[in-house]
Amino acid sequence: MSPNEGLTIAVPRGALMGETLDLLEGLGLNVSEVRSNQRKLLFAELGIVTMRPSDVPTYVEHGAADIGITGKDVLLEDGEREVYELLDLGFGRCRMIVAERDGEDTIAESLRRLGTFTVATKYPRIALDHFTATGRPVGIVEVKGSVELAPLTGLADGIVDLTASGRTLVENRLVEREEIVVCTARLIANPVAHKLKAAAIDSLLARIGELISR
Amino acid sequence: MLPDEMRELRAISDRLRAVFEGAGYGEVWTPTVEYEEVLERGDQRAAGAGLRLFDGSGRVLVLRFDMTIPIARLVGARYRDAAVPIRLSYFAHSYRAVSRGQVQAREFLQAGIELIGAPGPEGEAEVVALVIEALGQAGLEEHRVGIGDGDLYRSLLADCGVPEEDRMPLLETLARRDLVGLGAQLRDLGIDGADLELLTSLPTMRGPAEILDRVDPRAGRAIENLRALDALLNERGVGDRVLFDLGLVRELGYYSGAVFEVYDPAVGYAIGGGGRYDKLLGRFGRDLPACGIALDLQRIHAAGAAEERLDRESSK
Repeated sequence: MSPNEGLTIAVPRGALMGETLDLLEGLGLNVSEVRSNQRKLLFAELGIVTMRPSDVPTYVEHGAADIGITGKDVLLEDGEREVYELLDLGFGRCRMIVAERDGEDTIAESLRRLGTFTVATKYPRIALDHFTATGRPVGIVEVKGSVELAPLTGLADGIVDLTASGRTLVENRLVEREEIVVCTARLIANPVAHKLKAAAIDSLLARIGELISR
Repeated sequence: MLPDEMRELRAISDRLRAVFEGAGYGEVWTPTVEYEEVLERGDQRAAGAGLRLFDGSGRVLVLRFDMTIPIARLVGARYRDAAVPIRLSYFAHSYRAVSRGQVQAREFLQAGIELIGAPGPEGEAEVVALVIEALGQAGLEEHRVGIGDGDLYRSLLADCGVPEEDRMPLLETLARRDLVGLGAQLRDLGIDGADLELLTSLPTMRGPAEILDRVDPRAGRAIENLRALDALLNERGVGDRVLFDLGLVRELGYYSGAVFEVYDPAVGYAIGGGGRYDKLLGRFGRDLPACGIALDLQRIHAAGAAEERLDRESSK
């Protein structure tokens, strides 16, 4: 059997790509072309398709890829995708946090005086779920780019965002107030492939399990 | 829907209907809207699509979520004294709520059969074998039926001492197919050792009948039923078309015992599903065991087209 067990694998570009390719290399795939060619997206002979992490659940749900690797943050934000979440791969660890301007507690003040507050985020669903679950009425301001700008310009009282090192927060004089959830890379599978290609998926899963437990 | 699509859909439904009628499954029709209280008698979450209507006296009418509950009502009212088994088929629209970005329409066309008054495993064998034959007649070549047990995981949670109030969140996580989350939740509840191994491995046990040999003896009754069903399906010559799947859960709450899901490898979603619902008919006045399968006609159509495309690509 080929190192990818004949499965099509959705590989995330961006922060998770390096360690994902390390993992696939550990399985015996020759991924040097994937590493070196930034423009090519489909590597049919390797069974690899590359895409932005937030597209991985879409390709896997539709069966365009049998399995895929993406962040837990993407899965939480995407919500109702019909995919199996099979394995916590452990890498790509970062935290979803609430932050606001250093030295002030604008979120608490807005909540106390106005009964509500606003946060800017690229993760409206995770943010809304978090504040609803903790009983705080929130206004969500959805932005696509750098959220750190929002509290500095008065767009919102605070932000909900992913942080790995916390350096961007410090650079923009923001301070973490709450941790919502810790996110790592996950291995997901299409539900039909999980049934009809069970042997291939289980064998790959066992080999990955061996690699990450080392 | 325009003529090209209609013509192809009609061709599929005509072939399915011929197989169902040929096996004695007469076609029935029920109203698209039902009183909400009627559907809720069948299943608490059965009111489809979240669309509600009110009649002149303020009673709530809803669009049906599936055809099984309306047929249960029909059997209770119109087949009160009929000899069993009762074999019925339908070709009708059902409705569901749709959330952003899902590949689903609010209105979907179902073709299905219900076998009422036949206990398991003979009833399951008849229904599964007939659906496999009908799909073959409708043009599919690679279709498979996954078979599981809708009660199994719930009863094992009880066996492993999981308190009643903790079972629902676990079943919901399983239904979401989040196996990482399921393991974490079980560990948080203090489940460990053989119990943890059983409850985390069971949802991943799927494949040919041999997997039934590897299951913990605590799943005994369900496994015996599935083995008996496997033997009957082999007698009917469709054993190679089925796979057993102990993690299979269906979203409707009226299933008791065997549950089914229908797949085609050319598409990434299930094209049909069903199961045994022995406690449903009793709520409508005729206490009979029953089982059935509903197929999504548009998905069968898409699967057929995808199979053709794969054939063309591989013959290039």
